[in-house]
Amino acid sequence: MSITVVVFYLLAAITVLSALGVAFSTSIIYSAFALMGTLLGVAALFVLLGADFLGTVQLLVYVGGILVLTLFAVMLTHRVADMRVSNRAVGRGVGFVLVACVFGWMVHVARHAAWVTGEPGAPAPTTYGIGQVLLTQYALPFELASVVLLAALIGAVVVSRKEVKA
Amino acid sequence: MADLSLTHFVVLGALLFSLGLFCVVTRRNAIGILMGVELILNSANLNYVAFARYGHGAYDGQVFAIFVIMLAAAEAAIGLAIVLGIYQAFETIDVEATDRLRR
Repeated sequence: MSITVVVFYLLAAITVLSALGVAFSTSIIYSAFALMGTLLGVAALFVLLGADFLGTVQLLVYVGGILVLTLFAVMLTHRVADMRVSNRAVGRGVGFVLVACVFGWMVHVARHAAWVTGEPGAPAPTTYGIGQVLLTQYALPFELASVVLLAALIGAVVVSRKEVKA
Repeated sequence: MADLSLTHFVVLGALLFSLGLFCVVTRRNAIGILMGVELILNSANLNYVAFARYGHGAYDGQVFAIFVIMLAAAEAAIGLAIVLGIYQAFETIDVEATDRLRR
């Protein structure tokens, strides 16, 4: 068992335990902080997979942006502390059975599908290549992404501001 | 990376996806549901990057993961703005209490 496998299982344990905290914690604050563990674990797994730029982006955008936004929303909607976890429409039992079925099916596919896999080479810096691809092959989606972000920015301001009487 | 196969990462992604799905179907809190969506998007990203690593060494998977992260940021901004709007209108963010259109 090489050091890479040990590191993988360590990171997987951190990620999955934090995700369990997100799914099963009764307090939404604890869920938000457990989500931070999951996002950090996924960022480390990206680095383990040789995607150094993506790991950094995950750290900056998810942990630095989305998680802080989520915590702000949790703090602003203050009476969430008394929320109940179970749901009348889909209870925990039904949800558990549904999710177990989906998980078993996905594991079956993952183990038995004939993935076309090559042998991964040595990890190399990816920033240059991603920049090249983003401005040549994916130039149009890249520009569309900027329009989507602008629309989301304006939309968030319009939705969340107070009504102004003209 | 010789001992570590693609299946390891795909099964881990499946586990993250299942936990996110469980979060989405059982939470009553709107912010909790959004957290479940974030878990699902992260599992998809993990699969993209793993397939990019074990596939043919192109950058396509990583570029798609970047777009997914971008969309997740937009989704979080809009989703949380809507949650705050719901809180101002209903004084709660319990998704079962916001059923005025159904009555």
